[in-house]
Amino acid sequence: MAQAKAAVIRSDLDIVIARTLARDTAKALGFGAIDQARIATAVSELARNIFLYAGSGSVTVREIEKSGRKGIEIVCEDQGPGIANLDLAMQDGFTTSRGMGMGLPGAKRLMDQFEVKTKEGEGTTITCSKWRA
Amino acid sequence: MNSLRIPILKIGDVLIASIQIALHDASAVQFKDDLLQKIHDTKARGVIIDLTAIDVVDSFIGRMIADIAAMSGLMGARVVLTGLQPAVAITLVELGLELTGVLTALNLEKGLAVMQRQTDQAEESSDGTG
Ligand SMILES: Nc1ncnc2c1ncn2[C@@H]1O[C@H](COP(=O)(O)OP(=O)(O)OP(=O)(O)O)[C@@H](O)[C@H]1O
Ligand SMILES: [Mg+2]
Repeated sequence: MAQAKAAVIRSDLDIVIARTLARDTAKALGFGAIDQARIATAVSELARNIFLYAGSGSVTVREIEKSGRKGIEIVCEDQGPGIANLDLAMQDGFTTSRGMGMGLPGAKRLMDQFEVKTKEGEGTTITCSKWRA
Repeated sequence: MNSLRIPILKIGDVLIASIQIALHDASAVQFKDDLLQKIHDTKARGVIIDLTAIDVVDSFIGRMIADIAAMSGLMGARVVLTGLQPAVAITLVELGLELTGVLTALNLEKGLAVMQRQTDQAEESSDGTG
C-alpha cells in the first residue's frame, strides 16, 4: 500500500497545497473527475477550518483498501480550541465566524464516511474517506 | 507572500477576468477588491468571470463569487460566470451552494452573447419609457 502523505497547514497557501495533494492522490487511485473535485473541495473546507479556528494543523492523505475495494482516507488534525457544540457545528448555516456554515456539513456530504473527534481545549481530528466506484 | 494579480480586461463596457491560477484566500479577496474598483472606475455594465481553469470552488470562493455578483449588481453591472466545469458545478450544489441569481454561460463566447442580450433589453426598456 502506498505511503501516507501529509501537508502542514499554517497559511492560506497551505490550503491549496493540501487540496492539490488530495486531488493528485485521488487521481492516482483512479477516482473520476467528479469524485476528485468532491474530495479536493472537502479537503479545502477542512483545511481552511484548521487555519481559521486552530491556527495550524495537518492534513494526511492515504490509500485504503477493504475487501478488494480501493479508497482514499483523509485525516485532518489540529490542537486548536476544539468544537464546543459539534451537533450545532454540523448543521448547515451554523458559523462562529460569519462564514456560511457550509464547510463541515458540506464536506460530510461530499465524502462517504465522516467522523469527528473533538475536545474543548485539546483539538479536533476529522477522519473522512471515499470509496472508488 | 506577494500574490499574482488576476488581469481584468475591458472590452466595450464589459470587463472580462479569466482566472487561470488556483486561488488561495488572499488572492481571491484581492481579486474581488480589484474587480469592484475597476467596475467603479470604468462604469462597466457587465462582468464576465471565466472559470474554465478552476477545478475547485469551495465555500470561500463560492461566497466570494456570490458577493461579487451582489455588489456588482448594486453598482449596475451584471455578472456572468463562464466555463464552470461539470465536476465543479456538481460539487457546488452538493456542498450546498446554489449561487442563485448568478448568470452562467457555457463559455466566454456565449457569455458575451448573454451579456449583449441583457444590455439590449436594458436599452429597450429605457427607450420604452422615453
Ligand atoms: N478545526 C476546528 N476547530 C475549532 N472549531 C471548528 C473547527 N472546524 C469548525 N469549527 C467550528 O464549527 C463551525 C462550523 O464550521 P463550518 O466549516 O461548517 O462553517 P464556517 O467555517 O463557519 O463557514 P464556511 O466553512 O461555510 O466558510 C465554525 O464556525 C467553527 O466554530
Ligand atoms: Mg469552514
